[in-house]
Amino acid sequence: MTATHCPYCALQCAMRVEPTPDGGYTTRPAPFPTNRGGLCRKGWSAGELLSAPDRLTSPLLRPRKDAELRPVDWGTALDHVASRLRGLRGSHGADAVAVFGGGGLTNEKSYLLGKFARTALGTSQIDYNGRFCMSSAAAAGMRAFGLDRGLPFPVTDLAGAETILLAGANVAETMPPLMGHLSGARLVVVDPRRSATAEHALANGGLHLAPRPGTDLALALGLLHAAREQGLLDDDYIAERTTGFAETWAHAAAWWPEQAERATGVPAADIRAAARLLGAASGAYILSGRGTEQHAKGTDTVSAWINLALALGLPGRRGSGYGCLTGQGNGQGGREHGQKADQLPGYRRIDDPAAREHVAGVWGVEAADLPGPGRSAFELLDALGGADGPRALLLFGSNPVVSAPDAGRVRNRLSGLELLVVADFVLSETAAMADVVFPVTQWAEESGTMTNLEGRVLRRRRAVPPPPGVRSDLEVLHGLAVRLGRPAEAFPTDPDAVLAELRAASAGGAADYSGVTPERLEAGEALHWPCPEDGSTAPRLFLDSFAHPDGRARFVAVAHRDPAETTDTDYPLVATTGRLLAHYQSGAQTRRVGELAAAEPESYVEVHPDTAARSGLAEGDWARVRSRRGSAVARVRCRPDARLDTVFLPFHFAGDQRANLVTNPALDPTSRMPEFKVCAVRLEPEAPFQEEVSR
Amino acid sequence: MNRQPRHIVVVGHGMVGARFVEEVARRDPDGERVRLTVVGAEPGVPYNRILLPDLLNGRLEEADLALASVASTAVEARSGVSATALDTAGRSVRLDDGSTLGYDELVLATGAQAAFPPVSGLTRDDGTPAAGVTALRDLADCRRLMELTGPGSPVVVLGGGVLGLEAARALTERGVRVSLVESSPWLMRRQLDRAAARILGARFTALGVSVHSWRVAARWIPGTGLELDDGRVLPGDALVVTAGVRPRTGLAEAAGIAVDHGVVVDDLLTTSDPRVHAIGDCARHPSGGGGLVQPGWEQAAVLADLLTGTAPEARYRGTRPVTRLKAEGIELACLGEATAEENDTTHTVTICDAHAGRYAKLVVRDERVAGAILLGFPDAAAAIIQLYDQGAPVPADRISLLLGRTAPEPGPDGAGPALVCRCNGVDRDRLEGAWLDGARTREAVAERTRATTGCGGCTRDVDALLAAWNQGSPAAV
Repeated sequence: MTATHCPYCALQCAMRVEPTPDGGYTTRPAPFPTNRGGLCRKGWSAGELLSAPDRLTSPLLRPRKDAELRPVDWGTALDHVASRLRGLRGSHGADAVAVFGGGGLTNEKSYLLGKFARTALGTSQIDYNGRFCMSSAAAAGMRAFGLDRGLPFPVTDLAGAETILLAGANVAETMPPLMGHLSGARLVVVDPRRSATAEHALANGGLHLAPRPGTDLALALGLLHAAREQGLLDDDYIAERTTGFAETWAHAAAWWPEQAERATGVPAADIRAAARLLGAASGAYILSGRGTEQHAKGTDTVSAWINLALALGLPGRRGSGYGCLTGQGNGQGGREHGQKADQLPGYRRIDDPAAREHVAGVWGVEAADLPGPGRSAFELLDALGGADGPRALLLFGSNPVVSAPDAGRVRNRLSGLELLVVADFVLSETAAMADVVFPVTQWAEESGTMTNLEGRVLRRRRAVPPPPGVRSDLEVLHGLAVRLGRPAEAFPTDPDAVLAELRAASAGGAADYSGVTPERLEAGEALHWPCPEDGSTAPRLFLDSFAHPDGRARFVAVAHRDPAETTDTDYPLVATTGRLLAHYQSGAQTRRVGELAAAEPESYVEVHPDTAARSGLAEGDWARVRSRRGSAVARVRCRPDARLDTVFLPFHFAGDQRANLVTNPALDPTSRMPEFKVCAVRLEPEAPFQEEVSR
Repeated sequence: MNRQPRHIVVVGHGMVGARFVEEVARRDPDGERVRLTVVGAEPGVPYNRILLPDLLNGRLEEADLALASVASTAVEARSGVSATALDTAGRSVRLDDGSTLGYDELVLATGAQAAFPPVSGLTRDDGTPAAGVTALRDLADCRRLMELTGPGSPVVVLGGGVLGLEAARALTERGVRVSLVESSPWLMRRQLDRAAARILGARFTALGVSVHSWRVAARWIPGTGLELDDGRVLPGDALVVTAGVRPRTGLAEAAGIAVDHGVVVDDLLTTSDPRVHAIGDCARHPSGGGGLVQPGWEQAAVLADLLTGTAPEARYRGTRPVTRLKAEGIELACLGEATAEENDTTHTVTICDAHAGRYAKLVVRDERVAGAILLGFPDAAAAIIQLYDQGAPVPADRISLLLGRTAPEPGPDGAGPALVCRCNGVDRDRLEGAWLDGARTREAVAERTRATTGCGGCTRDVDALLAAWNQGSPAAV
């Protein structure tokens, strides 16, 4: 019986893994501040992942593009990959090889992956799927506060709040145990859908604001206007702790509540009521999620929410604040240690000469030899196989065939590669396309650290032995690095040895982990970064000052603008995408758990019954949801409380049911976040859909 | 690509002129395509005129009304300067400081000015307002009105349109005793039907405004008040004239540009002179739409597309007219052909509850919203305005649309038993099954079903079910 943490979301609920009489494993909740001894059904059923029937236990290799994948031994697979990489690099340069990581990888893997790309491959072409999750909130947090940590306070602080605004976060489905921390507060839920969280808010004296997708920024400006007009702003705080209010207000001044109502569809009266609930509360929080962030203007939208929080005097005070609800298991740590195109460990910038010197010193290389910034995630995927793009891709902890926007196009790009290498523990939809697949360990089979949504570093403990034939990602990187001529000791396979190196590399950076030792983690200390060597830890940031040189938070003046794609007569509806309680991300894991697959076996499109009827559809029919890029099939689920102009698709399903076949890859100019949450579509009846059609 | 940026002169730096500058700067942030000079007759920075009532009621201060400014070397703003003459042949405009500006393109955004009805005593011989009289068009008017009024003082508002009603409401919030005079048979004659106007009048009366519809003003008596045509005198320290506006077209007219109740423009927002454009209240587009800010803002965006060359295919085809009253305690929206009557092609739904002060009328044609009046229906107002703006079909259940909440009906085939524990997907039937199998406590039920082991939010419901079953009576959950 080993205590570890859940394989899924950023709440990182504590759990114990126990063997069952039939040789399998089961999980039970364990006490921990984030989950308070609870688990959702994903956590309860996670043990089943450890005995997935289609678990990969041998490397697979496709000798030619038109051949089948077939099992080979590790030496053959590693030799093959290394030799192909050397060849491509030799003839086309280092940037011919790209690396793609994930927000579910441990800190150690994230770190070593970045180091591998920059030193063993020498490529600038590395990014990760966190670009699809956290990048807008991270960019907005950086520019407002000078530092990005999802929640700059412990999650338990939320229990004392009187009002919490959730901007585009459906917590009741995506991180259920977190609801336990929100039950004492009145919730203001901003979501185009009447989500489970919105229903909870309404049932408990809160509000549900349902803006048309793509108009959250106007809503946030309207709320700021309404707060000002009702005398709710904290003028002393604005004067003493911030800069730039006047310019920000000048934009909000053009969004009086009736004007915001016209753009968003949220009643002006509700905008005023929400401002009152927030502004008059003795403790209030504004929390943002993917719904408001995954837009081509996501960074500015998050800035608008932060502006509202600053104007009300919330951040940097005990009992109130702004935070972003990080999504993936290690969405926080994964964005700090160098698997981002523009970043080095410790949340350092790759174009900062001092940062390059420091990290190059730890790595024992010349700073001048480190590559510069590379392409962002979608740009990287879109460049694959193109004239100037990478010819090989190494992919860890991600399934972009399902999870990337405009998935049809991404699939095409992947198929244009000369070499695709995927490390995964099952044959995901992307792994199935690979030339080489490395079978790797999963959560309970490995050790390492994760950083949860409150910036707390946790111990992921090995609870069960991996099946024979399976290696860890660290071992894969080691095997490749050595074959590419790097010294063996530069790529340790022991997670604690990697952590020791990560500590040194992050020392002095924004996300300083140098005080994070295995001993302190074992002792159960709550280590919130920055955690420097002096032993201090920072559960609450910004109480005395913000991280800009002048110590003040910055208002960032932002203006509303239309989504990248607007509706017309051919595509009259807005599609938005999101997650379900029973599934996680691309579903590669949860679709393999019997209980979860049974709960949500197939994709559906949530739609107002009148809107369905106008397309010749009724409850239970199969529909084809078509955008300008592609189409997905989904079962019609009618909701009379849905917006008439909006349909919703979960993005966990594969094949023809991939919601991302329709999504728009338009990118935010600052964060390079794609616009997952709004695109123009129409609905068509689909002839009775059979499973075998979904190739 | 080394072309000299074109010089655009904007005459008028109000809400629409300033928006045009903002839209141009967004499309051409570095001034590579165009260079702007914008001249405004008023001193100081451009401001949001819509919010003037918020100064009256004290919610905002003058500085709060400033519009977002564009900091760019490609934009020169000159305030307190008026254009006096336009030479379209020489492409230049003369200013009242004696200087002359040459242009490649000229944009007229001169707006409109208050129209004073022919009532005795309203104006002095030189045409300026008489003592105690003011319009409510600009900041200077607003300051003047605030000087003239204070808590308890009587004020007359002449004109029961949107601006008059907003001013009346703001003044009552200021503690002023307000009388309001409307010469038409009812308030907001252009937007409302009689039934709605009657209820609206009653709402204003309840808020302390003395409403006099279908009454013609005869004479303003400074220091006393406004005399009506029936001889009554409404007391007033001040008279606010909100009886309509006149587009400012003098500059264009004198230059020989076509004017017809506004400077005539086409879908390119171009006047009869190809280098002269007009937007906002001074312009007259075939679609109409005067008096609201939204058309002017949309025109500013289209003209910015055209003059920066970023979207040469852009056209302005009109804005759907939506009037949304901004008055504390009154929720009123009017849009489109709100006064249309039921016939073979036009269907209406009306809900009238005079006692509660609520009125809703929806006009539907070809399954689209053709018009609506919504007084005291805030949710429906928001939803219907969106349907109208999008030209989207209305739902089958039009009553529910007006009531703002769809009737929460379970699916026809039954949505299944009620979910009690969402975190673990446990419904009432499974809980009952566990109880029948002998689980009598919350812990025992949780062990079998995992209910209550997620966020804990259903603990109370589970306890209630167990208590009821344990007592042998049917549970109410």
